[in-house]
Amino acid sequence: MFKSFRGGIHPQDQKQYSRDKAIETMPVPAKLVLPLRQHIGAPAEAIVAVGEQVKKGQCIAKSTGFVSSPVHAPTSGKIAAIAVQPHPVFGTSMAIVLEADGEDAWQEGVLVERDWRSLSNSDLLEIIRNAGIVGLGGAAFPTHVKLNPPPDKKIDTLIINGAECEPYLTADHRVMLEWPDKMIEGIEIALKLLGLNEAVIGIEKNKADAVAFLEKKCQGKPIKVAALETKYPQGAEKMLIRAITGREVPSGGLPADVGVIVQNVGTLAAVSDAVSHGKPLIERVVTVSGGLVKEPKNILVRLGTSFAQAVEWCGGLTGKAAKIVMGGPMMGMAQAGLEVPIVKGTSGILALAKSDIGGGKERGCIRCGRCVEVCPMGLAPYLFAIWGQRDNVEAAVKEGHLLDCAECGSCVYVCPAKRNLVHYIKLLKAKNAAKRK
Amino acid sequence: METLNDNRLIVSASPHVRSQETVASIMWTVVAALIPAVLFSIWQFGVKAALVYAFCIGGAVGCEYAIQKLRGVEVTIDDGSAFLTGLLMAMCLPPGLPWFMCLFGAVMAIAVAKHTMGGLGYNVFNPAHVGRAALLASWPVAMTSWTTMPSVLDGVTSATPLGILKQQGFEQVVAVFGNSGNLLQAMFFGTRNGSIGETSTVLLLLGGLFLIYRGIINWHVPVSMIGTVGILAFFISGQGVTGALFHMMAGGLVIGAFFMATDMVTIPITVKGQVIFGVGAGLLVMLIRTVGGYPEGVCYSILLMNCVTPMIDRFVQPKRFGVGGERA
Ligand code: SF4
Ligand code: SF4
Repeated sequence: MFKSFRGGIHPQDQKQYSRDKAIETMPVPAKLVLPLRQHIGAPAEAIVAVGEQVKKGQCIAKSTGFVSSPVHAPTSGKIAAIAVQPHPVFGTSMAIVLEADGEDAWQEGVLVERDWRSLSNSDLLEIIRNAGIVGLGGAAFPTHVKLNPPPDKKIDTLIINGAECEPYLTADHRVMLEWPDKMIEGIEIALKLLGLNEAVIGIEKNKADAVAFLEKKCQGKPIKVAALETKYPQGAEKMLIRAITGREVPSGGLPADVGVIVQNVGTLAAVSDAVSHGKPLIERVVTVSGGLVKEPKNILVRLGTSFAQAVEWCGGLTGKAAKIVMGGPMMGMAQAGLEVPIVKGTSGILALAKSDIGGGKERGCIRCGRCVEVCPMGLAPYLFAIWGQRDNVEAAVKEGHLLDCAECGSCVYVCPAKRNLVHYIKLLKAKNAAKRK
Repeated sequence: METLNDNRLIVSASPHVRSQETVASIMWTVVAALIPAVLFSIWQFGVKAALVYAFCIGGAVGCEYAIQKLRGVEVTIDDGSAFLTGLLMAMCLPPGLPWFMCLFGAVMAIAVAKHTMGGLGYNVFNPAHVGRAALLASWPVAMTSWTTMPSVLDGVTSATPLGILKQQGFEQVVAVFGNSGNLLQAMFFGTRNGSIGETSTVLLLLGGLFLIYRGIINWHVPVSMIGTVGILAFFISGQGVTGALFHMMAGGLVIGAFFMATDMVTIPITVKGQVIFGVGAGLLVMLIRTVGGYPEGVCYSILLMNCVTPMIDRFVQPKRFGVGGERA
């Protein structure tokens, strides 16, 4: 028996496109667009002026609060504009446009070799914060906040999220196979920060090679590997914690409430880069895949590179796309076009054909119960469509526990009537938020 | 690179992939699961049965088409749901029922039970059973006139095993078939009298197992319903295991438990609720068979449980994640 949780679905994992493709470094494009909002929290504030020359690794937008994160120049060049630009999550957002000079020259003094063991916790947190590191799994929550839980929460477990349960995505898989040492160093740093002796890496068993490889790599280290059942949404924090520790994060609560901190594998590799080598977060691994991408790849790409450039680097599209998605197909965001920049939370770019999407006309609910059966949060998703159509926000929140919904999409995936339940859920949540203001 | 017409991209809420299953694929798979039993019944009862099938299915599909056309809404006869209702209703009728009665039942099922409630998904009662119940109320004699079947006792009989049980007792049922082994064998393979499609336990069971295997229905309802009948019969029929097996295979129980008490629209939405439904329906079946006025009670027991389904759904809710503070 592999570890798991109740509910969930088994979509085709579609990882065959890119699972065996080694991480490939994509050249720096001529233009980079760097939104000031690439994280959860207050937007960063630009500290450069149009026309200014900047160097690679230079901070160009400073963090504006505790829950905020700075932005760094991914290459050297000139600031061409500071203006509203397309954004893959928010539609549009203020962004710094950087014209690369082709030198790709580091700013002096950024790169430094350090031994994390000799640094204090507050120094480590400061470095992580100044390096602009946020959760790379997609949520983009500032890492220095997560690694510094309030003192009243007793943390006893660090879980490393290598589940990568979204179909198509293989970026974390490749990081585990190709950058294990960086990742392990990142884990050791996180353990020091949290004052813990042991971490568990959770990996779905469809990545058996990574499980076996890391088990060997972690021998003699305070790190265990847990093979998890391949089931979506195994990588959702609450499900992962349930599968590994048997604990359920209480409704409305955070992992820290049950003594757990979860970190994504790529994030910890970035932590190691920042702490040991002084590298700020200026690039990340992105899976470019989907039935329409000519040569699906895992690319190491500078932040701010446009989706179009990344797709072109992967041979372009072989047919007409029905959907362009940032992230995985279950929780990712559909894009209106390819002229949007890769941001810190971009784990994947998917070009999906009509045939990849499936679905069809939305029909009346036949009460088949499939959505109830798969909902990992134990909700009755079919009701949200009814409340959504009737605009009954109160019932959805009070009787339906709307706010428990993680928007994992499992209910929509299985619905034979092709009900767009998550659409109604998002609508109801937005209305609820507006009401409380 | 293929030029991308940005305006043509679909920008809708996640998720961006869906399973293959559709309402139509579910309905037609259920139809397919019934085919063996249907073929057997046509072999068993001949043209009479085939005509009942034709009028019931034709009536149900035609009625749905007419209603949707008249109301100016999308015609959904291709989803297989009306077809399945007609088919299931026919399987619960006596062979040789006149054509106009078949049509009447079909109209009651589709027009009254389904469309007055708002169409597929909104109906409270199983339409096929509403059709059958309406027929039983309107033409009680025609609805209980069975074809003659060979019998070891007096050459032929025109009663169903449950009918004989009600009027003459269990000894007589056994006597008609020679001995209890023969009786159970006849019940299992279907060489006994009854409604068109309910007689062959083995073929219905195969169809039901196929649906469970395909994930179309779950096992909880049929097992809890038939199991409840079996356990009760073991204790109250006075015939022990033979009585239990007899009751589990008799009448419309197998077809009802696998194909009608699993009609998603009209049963509770949670698995726990479905078990309550199954046990409740099983209790009612035995209640009607032993103390009620009718020899058989599957149809009414399912309709009665349909009534309490909304209540079950209100009280039996899935277990929410993160409630109860479990720290196992
Ligand atoms: S209701 Fe929310 S949590 Fe439950 S399956 Fe649907 S999207 Fe996931
Ligand atoms: S899966 Fe779809 S059709 Fe089935 S109960 Fe849920 S919303 Fe209704």
